[in-house]
Amino acid sequence: MSHPPEEAPFPPGPPPHPLGDPLVRREGREKVTGTARYAAEHTPDGCAYAWPVPATVVRGRITELDTGAALALPGVIAVLTHENAPRLAPTGDPTLALLQEDRVPHRGWYVALAVADTLEAARDAAEAVQVSYATEPHDVTLTADHPRLYVPAEVFGGPGARERGDFDAAFAAAPATVDVTYTVPPLHNHPMEPHAATALWTHGHLTVHDSSQGATRVREDLAALFKLGQDQITVHSEHVGGGFGSKGTPRPQVVLAAMAARHTGRPVKLALPRRHLPAVVGHRAPTLHRVRLGAGPDGVITALAHEIVTHTSTVAEFVEQAAMPARIMYTSPHSRTVHRLAALDVPTPSWMRAPGEAPGMYALESAVDELAVVLDLDPIDLRIRNEPGTEPDTGRPFSSRHLVDCLRAGAARFGWSSRDPRPAVRRQGDLLLGTGVAAATYPVQISATDAEAHAAADGTFRVRVNATDIGTGARTVLAQIAAAALGAPADRVRVEIGSSDLPPAVLAGGSTGTASWGWAVHKACTVLLARLREHRGPLPAEGVTVTEDTRRETEQPSPYSRHAFGAVFAEVQVDTRTGEVRARRLLGQYAAGHILNPRTARSQFVGGMVMGLGMALTEDSALDPVYGDFTARDLAAYHVPACADVPAIEAHWLDEEDPHLNPMGSKGIGEIGIVGTPAAIGNAVWHATGVRLRDLPLTPDRILTARAAPLT
Amino acid sequence: MPTADGRRDGADGPRPVNGRHSALTLTVNGTPHALTLDHRTTVLDLLREHLGLTGTKKGCDHGQCGACTVLVDGRRANSCLLLAVAHDGRRITTVEGLADADRLHPLQEAFLERDALQCGYCTPGQICSAVGVLAEAADGFPSHVTPDTAPSGAPVALTADEIRERMSGNLCRCGAYPRIVEAVADAAAAGAGVGGR
Repeated sequence: MSHPPEEAPFPPGPPPHPLGDPLVRREGREKVTGTARYAAEHTPDGCAYAWPVPATVVRGRITELDTGAALALPGVIAVLTHENAPRLAPTGDPTLALLQEDRVPHRGWYVALAVADTLEAARDAAEAVQVSYATEPHDVTLTADHPRLYVPAEVFGGPGARERGDFDAAFAAAPATVDVTYTVPPLHNHPMEPHAATALWTHGHLTVHDSSQGATRVREDLAALFKLGQDQITVHSEHVGGGFGSKGTPRPQVVLAAMAARHTGRPVKLALPRRHLPAVVGHRAPTLHRVRLGAGPDGVITALAHEIVTHTSTVAEFVEQAAMPARIMYTSPHSRTVHRLAALDVPTPSWMRAPGEAPGMYALESAVDELAVVLDLDPIDLRIRNEPGTEPDTGRPFSSRHLVDCLRAGAARFGWSSRDPRPAVRRQGDLLLGTGVAAATYPVQISATDAEAHAAADGTFRVRVNATDIGTGARTVLAQIAAAALGAPADRVRVEIGSSDLPPAVLAGGSTGTASWGWAVHKACTVLLARLREHRGPLPAEGVTVTEDTRRETEQPSPYSRHAFGAVFAEVQVDTRTGEVRARRLLGQYAAGHILNPRTARSQFVGGMVMGLGMALTEDSALDPVYGDFTARDLAAYHVPACADVPAIEAHWLDEEDPHLNPMGSKGIGEIGIVGTPAAIGNAVWHATGVRLRDLPLTPDRILTARAAPLT
Repeated sequence: MPTADGRRDGADGPRPVNGRHSALTLTVNGTPHALTLDHRTTVLDLLREHLGLTGTKKGCDHGQCGACTVLVDGRRANSCLLLAVAHDGRRITTVEGLADADRLHPLQEAFLERDALQCGYCTPGQICSAVGVLAEAADGFPSHVTPDTAPSGAPVALTADEIRERMSGNLCRCGAYPRIVEAVADAAAAGAGVGGR
């Protein structure tokens, strides 16, 4: 082992400050050459293939399972059912209690799993499984007055219902009011990589490659389900083809693959078919919103109520917390924010990009636009008049809040000042043109994480943390954070992520990854640097390693209200013959702390806005009341934006200084892009046409129907 | 022997081995492979599960997303919709076959430089599709947005609108489209489509 000269490598030359540099994403070359391997792209020797069988009834019990025909097919190894599958221990996530009992809680629930030598045989066998059911009456239809509605005690981040002041009296007394309802349909995450896992048992040790947003959590849940020690399980999530929340916690594929591998004694690979995903990996639950705003003649809001109705399944409670943003956005001395939900016979909803904020801000920001029309005020001016000094719900100071700066800077870039506020007056042939604006917000959360930093004798560094790169550029930004803390060039820092063999970390979700992992990395590197500075003489051959965690830093809730903010501007055209709405321009202006890598950050902001465009115009699902199925299950029926749908999109940001976040001064940026975009587009459609549509998405049939009706 | 549609089967055409399998030859990234395949095997599953070429992705398995796009005799196709047994003698190019050893294809370079990707799962299909787009435009294939007045058969200039239209068979849920359009335009401007296949 060669030792470096004593003066090198510390300190490592001129201080580079790679934080804020637009470094190219580290795994980019593997991704553009096709060598990056995802969960289903590992084929251990003797690997078998699995194909799941979904229930074809909505609610009931399995009365008979005939696997004879399936097992008779060539190449079929086994069919797992509730009668023969390995027993799982109960855990906190009942959606993972797969093939354990005869109950069918919703259509699409998995009732069997075929395993065969080849993919083709497994698929054939799954179709040959005969299942008989005793059905029971079901209800999948959410209504605003559903008899089973209840207020959950807690939603993520606060109480289910909250009252401040006397909303009813203030609203009744307000000279200017809006009282409107909006709906957002069920939405599907549909990451491009379907949920997949490859599982292998070796001498009692379970190794899985799983398409997951967090291998630490997958290992914890598998340990509980299979009654194993954490050290008996290894979970790899090296490259993940998107998740958008739907891979946040373990999903059926990893449990089924592990069960099948144990049952057959063979490695098993399982990639869920695209059409199965909506029923088994979570969805954004539909939300019915009632928003009431009351304001004085000066436009200052005196009464604000945002009440939402949504569904969960009978399997587990998940609340789309869509009334949360109304607790922090605007001056509102008298406020009511309520979530009500009904447990229906539907697939279990879960996180989808900006859960709560995305639909909640669609409704709230549309209603604010309606209030501006009532008051004859510019919608930006109205928002500025309602900028609160402290968080309305708690009175806590904001750690930083630059919404007004975003509105002003965005307006200048977009060319808002020349806007004629009158609706339906800009015509180009058959097209009506309009512009709209909406605010965006997303909370800052940080979770405890462990990280290891290592200085090698050759002057290079290695950082290890079980972060997950789901497309965010986590490897790259963690290298930048480490390099900044070490005062070393980023190319001297190797980053290892995506395996449960690494120090445990929080999953990639809630826009918390960079802050949570980065803080632990920063801390480990800072301690390492101090250790190196104390060190005399050459480093030992094995180098120097430190491991740190951020439990202490993250255990106390912040005394500050911490949120990213933004403003989204949209220009749309509405075809008066076909009813088609097309976005011509989208511009987002954000304030999200320090931006650590502008190249990858821009991609995240713009990507979120593209998903918001889909939510506004094309993404639409529903539950069929008779068959209990989602009506749009694949990418032919569920229209995510395609290249031709996406116009010029710009994302800009202010460099925001906030000392109350983390050592990098960063806020999460993975989700705020989808927030605000649907309302900006909807408000632009009103400006174009003079017609206020309150049900997403704004499809041609709705445009034509609304335009045919008398203007209201 | 060329068939009616102009393609050539392998020396003897696909040869049935039993009622479920046939022997055939496919050339993938320049390498001929003599294979015996289940008749149900798609070109996509052949690449991923038999040849270990997992760069070609399975997003929907129904021709809806484009993640599985490859080039078949130089033209792009959704490999999930192609039965391998029907492609005896064809030449398939996948994302693994685009770079010249360590030198990336200009489109691969452009995707990296523009950050025209995030999760990377649609990326190989986007890049293969873009290779097809450059060739189609050079060969004078019109698209839905090509002006009616464009001379028939003449090379089509790849404007942003042309690229958006022609790349719309490849979905990207991360929403990298604006960067993808820029990357394809960069490669087109650099002449990557001329003689590019």
